[in-house]
Amino acid sequence: MSRIAPLRFATVGSVDDGKSTLIGRLLYDSKSIFEDQLEHVQAVSTRRGDEYVNLALLTDGLRAEREQGITIDVAYRYFSTPHRDFIIADTPGHIQYTRNMITGASTADLAIVLVDARQGVVEQTRRHSLLVALLGVPHLVICVNKMDLVDYSQQRFDEVIEEFTAFAGTLDLHDVTFIPISALKGDNIVDRSAELGWYEGSTLLHHLETVYVASDDNLIDVRFPVQYVIRPQNTEYHDYRGYAGVVAAGRLRPGDEVMVLPSGLTTTIASIDSPDGPLDEARPPQSVTVTLSDDLDISRGDMICRPNNQPMVIQDIEAMIAWMDSTAVLNPRTIFTLKHTTRSVRAMVTELRYRLDINSMHRDTEATSLALNEVGRVTLRTMQPLFADDYRRNRVTGSFILIDESTNLTVAGGMIRTSM
Amino acid sequence: MTDVTDPPAPLTGDDAQSTAHLEWESIAIFREVAAEFERPVLLFSGGKDSVVMLHLALRAFFPAPVPFPIMHIDTGHNFPELIEFRDRTVAELGVRLVVASVQDSIDQGRVREESGPRATRNPLQTVTLLDAINEHRFDAVFGGARRDEERARAKERVYSHRDEFGQWDPKNQRPELWRLYNSRHRRGEHMRIFPLSNWTELDIWRFVAEKKIDLPPLYFAHDREVFRRDGMLMAVNPFTPMMEGEEAFTAQVRFRTIGDATCTAAVESSADHVDDIVAETAVARVTERGATRADDRISEAGMEDRKRLGYF
Repeated sequence: MSRIAPLRFATVGSVDDGKSTLIGRLLYDSKSIFEDQLEHVQAVSTRRGDEYVNLALLTDGLRAEREQGITIDVAYRYFSTPHRDFIIADTPGHIQYTRNMITGASTADLAIVLVDARQGVVEQTRRHSLLVALLGVPHLVICVNKMDLVDYSQQRFDEVIEEFTAFAGTLDLHDVTFIPISALKGDNIVDRSAELGWYEGSTLLHHLETVYVASDDNLIDVRFPVQYVIRPQNTEYHDYRGYAGVVAAGRLRPGDEVMVLPSGLTTTIASIDSPDGPLDEARPPQSVTVTLSDDLDISRGDMICRPNNQPMVIQDIEAMIAWMDSTAVLNPRTIFTLKHTTRSVRAMVTELRYRLDINSMHRDTEATSLALNEVGRVTLRTMQPLFADDYRRNRVTGSFILIDESTNLTVAGGMIRTSM
Repeated sequence: MTDVTDPPAPLTGDDAQSTAHLEWESIAIFREVAAEFERPVLLFSGGKDSVVMLHLALRAFFPAPVPFPIMHIDTGHNFPELIEFRDRTVAELGVRLVVASVQDSIDQGRVREESGPRATRNPLQTVTLLDAINEHRFDAVFGGARRDEERARAKERVYSHRDEFGQWDPKNQRPELWRLYNSRHRRGEHMRIFPLSNWTELDIWRFVAEKKIDLPPLYFAHDREVFRRDGMLMAVNPFTPMMEGEEAFTAQVRFRTIGDATCTAAVESSADHVDDIVAETAVARVTERGATRADDRISEAGMEDRKRLGYF
């Protein structure tokens, strides 16, 4: 089988950018829209008096969304080509839905941001790119859309690249690809465009099919947060004690010397088990069960790493957080439940250092609270230590959520920073 | 870490399984729930999604047994093959089965049965399900729903909160970031858990083929007495009386989804082996629910409305 790892990508933007048209194109041209879905959308479009078949109706699944003609929530869509499986997180682009965009981007390998070729880089482009960088999405594709409305001009395309590069220099973006397209006409989506003969790069679909994401996984720092302890308690596996979890980083192999936190005790990996038999190696994001050579007292929330490469063991945490609660603002000194890998601890936000204006990137150090959809730099104090890495080095051991203890709502997403 | 010049390595070992990434994600969800909830239960209908879900649970806790029971919401209007399959599976895999019966809910006056040739007990299941969740004090309920099935489901979280009335509030869903699931809930509330959220119909069949999973014979092409209703092929069965002008005939069919006999239709097919079904599914041009589910044709928001009330 020559399939490569599935690609999770987020599409960011609003109907005006042509995002729905773009997704509709990808699904339609890759034959991933089913006949009954298309008939349904055609019938509803006709009934509503839309001029064209409104492909947004495919993704706008909730009644409120259809009534208001807007996308409120993240919608997940699936399609595959002979080369790869894709999971699309289709996220709304308006500023009032920033939390939904962050949700969609948090698990994405790649993000697509649309730019209207006529308008070039606008405030919305800057906001979306900033959030993509903040969430550490490894690959960004800027689709310069509506090229048909600028006469497929290479000069205009180059100008947009220049505008983008001028502002994005300050952002933490590693791999940015620019593709001139017309979602409406289908130029450079699945098939190469005759009108864009001067463009020598990939079509969007070809880029998505071939972008290599396995190298985004951190294979250096061994991190295995213990999720669940498997103890069969039957005669056949009487003494079996397996530590189950998802490999967050690094490669685990039988015989490797490992350290367990918080105890700091060392031992070696005896075996890596799966239901199909023992494995020679485990790497992210595999779910496996590890057995160790020594009988140590290990429970959920502990971290298996290497003696010479350990995560930070910290209780005072520097982080960027995105506030997501529509019912309350963040006030410093509030206590939350903080969930980080497989550990839940109580935590207090001790200081709001600044609020980041996600349009202008201005840091407001006078801010005293964060409201819904706002992003800021905070310090937290936890009651027990976390075994963490900088988010830019590891998205699994660098991320956390805050839960309000009275409403039980998830109120913030956090990204741990070790430096400014 | 983002060295894009690194050439794609050929897949080896576990990666060679096309559904490996999905399986890893589902297994992590099972383990997380087992660690954080007190009384989980897995909804088991005998349909392919629930069978795959059960096998993933077995794989998640291997070599230990699955640390929670499975529950069948029994409408009493079953295909006999399904009940036989259910009981065989339970015996072979050594899992504990709880049956909650719609007939009991009717007998106790909790729900009233529809009448007429189009009568179905499908909507009544919601009451039986919620009563059983209360009775057994289940706090996490695994369901086999997939986001590719239906538009309302495309927006549902992996952990989907239900209030004390079992209701879903789609506009007030908790954000779900990274793979950090929020299990907190009040007493009397529960969480629906969807470990197959990111699987498609094709993935389910690929997994069934790769892991050689046993399914009810209804999924494979066989000769059956059917009749045509609303453009669908309904099986002749004692619970769905035929109406005037409807005629029974024998056709070679299989089922793409299996629910209650009153609301599940068959498709004409000669695919009698799992590999044929994988091939057929890969080129299917109609969704499984669009093709065969009478209950999904109610209205544009049919699924969303039922889900709000506590349906699967």
